[in-house]
Amino acid sequence: MTHRCGLAEMARLIRAREVSPVEVVTACLERIEARRELNAFITVLAEGALAEARRAETEIARGAARGALHGVPVSVKDLIDVAGTETTAGSAVPPRRGPDAPIVSRLREAGAILIGKTNLHEFAFGTTGDETAFGPVRHPLDPGRSAGGSSSGAAVAIVEDMCYGSVGTDTGGSIRIPSAVCGIVGLKPTIGELSCEGIVPLSTTLDHVGPMARTVADAALLFQAMGGSLDGPLQPPPGCHALGIPGPYFCDRLEPGVRAALERTRRDLEGAGHRVIDVSVAHAEWTADVYLHIVLPEASAWHARTLETHADRYSPGVRLRLEMGRYVLAEDYVRATTLRTRLRENVDGALDGLDALLLPALAITAPPLGAASVEVDGSREPVRAVMLRLTQLFNITGHPAIAMPAGSSGGFPVGMQLVGRRGRTADLLALAAAMEPYITGGPGSVGGGTG
Amino acid sequence: LGVDVTPQAWLEAATRDADRRELPELKPLLETLSKSMEALRRHEQEHIEETVSAARTPR
Repeated sequence: MTHRCGLAEMARLIRAREVSPVEVVTACLERIEARRELNAFITVLAEGALAEARRAETEIARGAARGALHGVPVSVKDLIDVAGTETTAGSAVPPRRGPDAPIVSRLREAGAILIGKTNLHEFAFGTTGDETAFGPVRHPLDPGRSAGGSSSGAAVAIVEDMCYGSVGTDTGGSIRIPSAVCGIVGLKPTIGELSCEGIVPLSTTLDHVGPMARTVADAALLFQAMGGSLDGPLQPPPGCHALGIPGPYFCDRLEPGVRAALERTRRDLEGAGHRVIDVSVAHAEWTADVYLHIVLPEASAWHARTLETHADRYSPGVRLRLEMGRYVLAEDYVRATTLRTRLRENVDGALDGLDALLLPALAITAPPLGAASVEVDGSREPVRAVMLRLTQLFNITGHPAIAMPAGSSGGFPVGMQLVGRRGRTADLLALAAAMEPYITGGPGSVGGGTG
Repeated sequence: LGVDVTPQAWLEAATRDADRRELPELKPLLETLSKSMEALRRHEQEHIEETVSAARTPR
């Protein structure tokens, strides 16, 4: 039997002994099997998860809960090392094996049950989840569409009740993009806040790891279990708040349904007494050029040896992007690093006097699988550039950002994004909890209504 | 490449290297990267001019 609820509620039900961890894990395994065609998982840890569930049940029976996630099944993106498993990074390149990443150890300490490792865009180097050695990740609402990426399987696993929380990584938007496409919540904390040790890097200075879940409260609980700094349970701050919508660059070209969702969110927030103003981030148009000159050489440096020995094992598109990085000049990398500092100050400046920035997480809804370009607001653009446009700046600057479901357009989920102050992820989560009813447009928007 | 590595000089050298490595499919990506390189250098110039201008502005 599937229990359709969030992570926090499931944790409560297990603690109260209203639901058995064995029953919950069994239901999740059945969901994984029932929707195998979505290719959400690379490794399913069925035996281990059931053994852990039996242990969790025994412990809870004697009142010995290990932590906040006792007995709750979660998954991690298959870039993250889990003891006793291969880390494939979604690639046919030989996998690596390692001890539990610190993030995984913390989840286990909190009592979480690792149910499996999710599929992804190969080496996290893409936003569509279709370049992977383990079959393209398919959107739960339409198998011909992308689930976003690169944490594609993680988002599908949440929407489809295959687990109650998932860990993703985000180098240019890889937590927030699939969260937006699939209609869930995804948090990219402040840069460096959660350890990326034991995680295959894409870009060592842009990588972030973070939680993906159904609600802000669920994401906060998972964030805390992963080692994120939160003082006790999430407390939405009282009173009215000030939000800024950065128009130029970010909102120049949006799919009409996404623009409508932004306008609806603004009206709902203003109707509730919050202040929403138009702002701009100086030189936001630098973003893609700065990003490219950092991510490409950093990714290529990590892959240099494997590109020599196993070039034919990479997906052609991923291999070419990695090869491209080998041609970036050191002086241009340094230029990008200098401009990165300036962009960070500019985002700080845009946040001055505000609680957060509010903008869509993605300019479009789920694109067709394999599409090289999409039409946005009447003009055709490369799908990768469109999908990264609203998220990648905050990887460059390190500001915390959270994607949240904001209704649907044409039957597919739309995602909004709140961006907070650097080092203040806990404040952003609390604000997001307060804004959630206005942004989501009410219950039932998880997974675009499928949840 | 010489001391003055312009995006054009870089593109020509990178394209020759892609041919040598029998990776012709890399060439369109290198062209895209050369445009981004030009843009990055314009941004840097803008940044320098604004920094100088800010430093000259009396406080």
